[in-house]
Amino acid sequence: MRRGGAGIMMTARRLASGGVVDRARPCSFTFDGKLLNGYHGDSLASALLANGVTLVGRSFKYHRPRGILSAGSEEPNGLVELRGAARREPNCKSTMVELFDGLQAMSQNRWPSLKLDLLSAVSLLSPMLAAGFYYKTFMWPAAFWEKLYEPAIRRAAGLGRGAALADPDSYEKAFGFCDLLVIGSGPSGLIAALTAARAGARVILCDEDFVLGGRLLGDRTEIEGQPGDQWRQAALEELASCDLVTIMPRSTVFGVYDHGAYGVLERTGDHLAIPPAHTPRQRLWRIVAKRALLAAGAVERPIVFGGNDRPGVMLAGAVRTYVNRFAALPCQRLALFTTHDDGWKTAIDCRAAGIEIAAIIDSRSDLPDTLSSVAKNLGAPLFAGGQVIGSHGRLQLEAIDISGADGKTTRLAVDGLAMSGGWNPTVHLTCHHGGRPIWNEALSCFVPGKLPPGMRVAGSANGRFDLAGCLKEGAAQAIAALGELGFSPNAQPLPQVVDETNRTAHPLWQVTAGKGKAFVDFQHDVTRDDVVLAYREGFRSVEHLKRYTTLGMATDQGKTANLNGLAIMADLLQRPIAEVGTTLYRPPYTPVAIGAFAGHHRGQDFRATRLTPSHVWAAAQGALFVETGQWLRAQYFPQAGEQDWLVSVNREVMAVRSGVGVCDVSTLGKIDIQGSDAGIFLDRVYINSFSTLAIGKTRYGVMLREDGIVMDDGTTARLGPDHFLMSTTTANAAKVMQHLEFCHQVLWPKLDVQMVSVTEQWAQFSVAGPRARELIGQVVAPDADLSQDALPFMGAVTVRVDGVKARLFRISFSGELAYEIAVPARYGNALMQRLCALGAVPYGTEALGVMRIEKGHPAGNELNGTTTARDLGMGRMLSTKKDFIGRVMADRPGLCGPERLTLVGVKPLDPGDRLRAGAHFLPVGATASAENDQGYLTSAAFSPSLGHWIGLALISAGPSRIGEKLRAYDPVRNGDVAVELCSPVFIDPDGERVRG
Amino acid sequence: MGDAKPRRPDPAALEPEAAREAFYDYVYLRDNPNGIFREYWYHSSGCHQWLVVTRDLRTHAIAGVEPASCAGVEPAS
Repeated sequence: MRRGGAGIMMTARRLASGGVVDRARPCSFTFDGKLLNGYHGDSLASALLANGVTLVGRSFKYHRPRGILSAGSEEPNGLVELRGAARREPNCKSTMVELFDGLQAMSQNRWPSLKLDLLSAVSLLSPMLAAGFYYKTFMWPAAFWEKLYEPAIRRAAGLGRGAALADPDSYEKAFGFCDLLVIGSGPSGLIAALTAARAGARVILCDEDFVLGGRLLGDRTEIEGQPGDQWRQAALEELASCDLVTIMPRSTVFGVYDHGAYGVLERTGDHLAIPPAHTPRQRLWRIVAKRALLAAGAVERPIVFGGNDRPGVMLAGAVRTYVNRFAALPCQRLALFTTHDDGWKTAIDCRAAGIEIAAIIDSRSDLPDTLSSVAKNLGAPLFAGGQVIGSHGRLQLEAIDISGADGKTTRLAVDGLAMSGGWNPTVHLTCHHGGRPIWNEALSCFVPGKLPPGMRVAGSANGRFDLAGCLKEGAAQAIAALGELGFSPNAQPLPQVVDETNRTAHPLWQVTAGKGKAFVDFQHDVTRDDVVLAYREGFRSVEHLKRYTTLGMATDQGKTANLNGLAIMADLLQRPIAEVGTTLYRPPYTPVAIGAFAGHHRGQDFRATRLTPSHVWAAAQGALFVETGQWLRAQYFPQAGEQDWLVSVNREVMAVRSGVGVCDVSTLGKIDIQGSDAGIFLDRVYINSFSTLAIGKTRYGVMLREDGIVMDDGTTARLGPDHFLMSTTTANAAKVMQHLEFCHQVLWPKLDVQMVSVTEQWAQFSVAGPRARELIGQVVAPDADLSQDALPFMGAVTVRVDGVKARLFRISFSGELAYEIAVPARYGNALMQRLCALGAVPYGTEALGVMRIEKGHPAGNELNGTTTARDLGMGRMLSTKKDFIGRVMADRPGLCGPERLTLVGVKPLDPGDRLRAGAHFLPVGATASAENDQGYLTSAAFSPSLGHWIGLALISAGPSRIGEKLRAYDPVRNGDVAVELCSPVFIDPDGERVRG
Repeated sequence: MGDAKPRRPDPAALEPEAAREAFYDYVYLRDNPNGIFREYWYHSSGCHQWLVVTRDLRTHAIAGVEPASCAGVEPAS
């Protein structure tokens, strides 16, 4: 095997001129640590071949030496690990890697090295490793599977290694719009784009490759009497000069979605050693196209014969692509094994580049004289009606066995074999909406069937394999698509093309003679014998064949494997291929990194963070914050010297109950409801009445789901005859809004009522404690009347704070004399500062929670989606005079029975014991079993007012069992506490403080 | 957001037992047709409009969209 050494720019495998590589811009790169050279414009595969590197990997299961098979995204073998550390990326197809200076690539799946891979010993076990082996072997003893076999198989399985560090690159998302999306930039795509651009349409032209032109790059063609490459470049120049045309190289259209949406992955930074700062590594597009033209070409089929996976055996189209596009010679002595005329182009192009043609093996017996004379001119022995039945060579092809039409076998020394079993149109995108491709007997391939709406197909993707036909169809389909959109493209004469290749296919689905493994799916090491095994074991449908053998399930998605596999199965079944069918193609066409789908939705930015109006002030005070949905709420405000959160929270609670505290409650939902039927509307959504609420008053309300379960609670104020302001819990704000809008728009559209969320428009603070009135009096305008008569408990008035209109509600969650004061949100931070400067002690959600538990107020823990109004002790609020959401279902016997878990208070017998929410209750002395479960503890807090832990619980017939002693059982956290049931209102049961 | 066909029963027009039956159907029972379906959609991150969308459940093809308020029925009470 010849290798190019470091420092030698021109190797024996690189032509001095020709190709689309830029010889003025050389690059160095490493493969398995060895320094090699190439040019800008090379793919990693072409650069490796130009350096004489033909061994690039080891196969998945058997660890067989593998070389590069193709020159495109269908590559199954040439997979490498790129980059290192946090950017390490496994399973990169070397055929699709754009070479850059400093690129570092490593081969995969071998130990200790590519040349000496000890794991290849596993191939000795290959009879045991046939398809489905894990259903049959490694089954005994049963315990060994989990402890020994599975871990061992897991370690040996897989291909490359992912990076274990966080990805340092960023990914973007973008939207695009166009009249015509052209998918593929070969001759059909280019002429379609030109036609559309000249007609004035907005065009987006995408190609997965970094150079546009498709097979115009790989084949030597003649257009208008000139090399096809000139027409290609002229076309691209004209398209680039058009404002309405967007050219997107390195962009794979990976999926067809609904209503004209296409997913496109643009690899903006993969070809750069490190993407520049503030640029994305990749960009995920959602392109909405009025029409699309699929011009994605075709993928060549390998031939299934024994030893067809040896490094040096390549697809014929790929061999000439390396010669024509990259000026890289994959070998020096080539044999061609073909089933049709197209393969001969490779022999002709390789001879012209100086490669010796050792033989042409054409499976067809009857060859026309034109081909015989081509063989003679190439100096190549011709084996008409012959087949390659075997290959030789340890790490590289050294010889092939040819079986002639006369039955004699010849061994021929070669270092390259180009094989062509025909071409498969790239129909994948046409199937993304469930359409199945149609078998075309004359062409021996599947062609597109029912297309997604708005899509047309042209060129080889549509089964046209001649250049003239591709150009004609590309233009015609573009004109048809544009016509549907109202454009009138001028009829343009098509470029003249000389192309006499006969397109008739004569497929050879498998070579039965010969020994050695004949591979169908190279990446998953699925052989012809595995297909036969699947047939023998009854896995005969194409879907079973795929899943039993894993054919087509690797990262190349079986692009070079599927048809050969199902053709072999069709042969076994003695049924036509059209009947056997294909499996469904689904997005993505080639793998897409999860990071590209995530875009910037990572880490902290996974979802937006909502901050309260006083957040800046609270952070400056050193508050700790808790996530409540998207909100950050101050949890508690530790003072200097406070080491434990409980100390801070106790202090805050006592400060409120003895003086005055302030808490930001802006996060609670606020919904402004107006209209002459607003009161009636609220009557229908709440269990209690609101149409009877006086202006300037607030009322606590509970709303149910239609199935009778409590959905949310809150206080609603009446600000005017037709004006209410509803509050909801923080967590349910959006859900309640949605519910109200459903009721308004769907259930009762004739009611005169409107609603809008004003949660973010108002900053709202709870000012609570015996000194609350005094403090409020210091911030509102002096003319505000805060006396007991003017503003009693549950009143609501408008006031002014420094001239700013504010709302003042006398409501209390803490059980103290309390107000909630609301100002427009932009004044919230300043108001918080003012209140604290006047002596209010800031308190957070922990203290808020302690105090509401001390008062027995249900909150989210009790409104948990299983409780009814009666369960929560609010049965008396259920109106009997009006219909409301949930009324009928709430009366179901199962929701009303005496055994239901109902709200009650709990305290430990030993005041030093701690209570934890989630503990379940058992009768004293009873076995800890589900049958004896009496209920569970929903909320727990240390009450500094009482000096011990308290809790709220849902216990079967709870209120009727006050005084009973039970056991709070919490085995998960080693809790087992003796408790006594009590009233849930632990402090001020007569509610005197709130009314003060 | 679910089937747009069920109509909220009018409790005022029904005896309690019949009302419970009707509400049980309304809350829990749903058809699952293999074909055309009229369903609610809600534009939660935009204008908050409730819509009735006619969609083929097999192909996701959308045949029509209308505001839900045009499809509703006002109960008697």
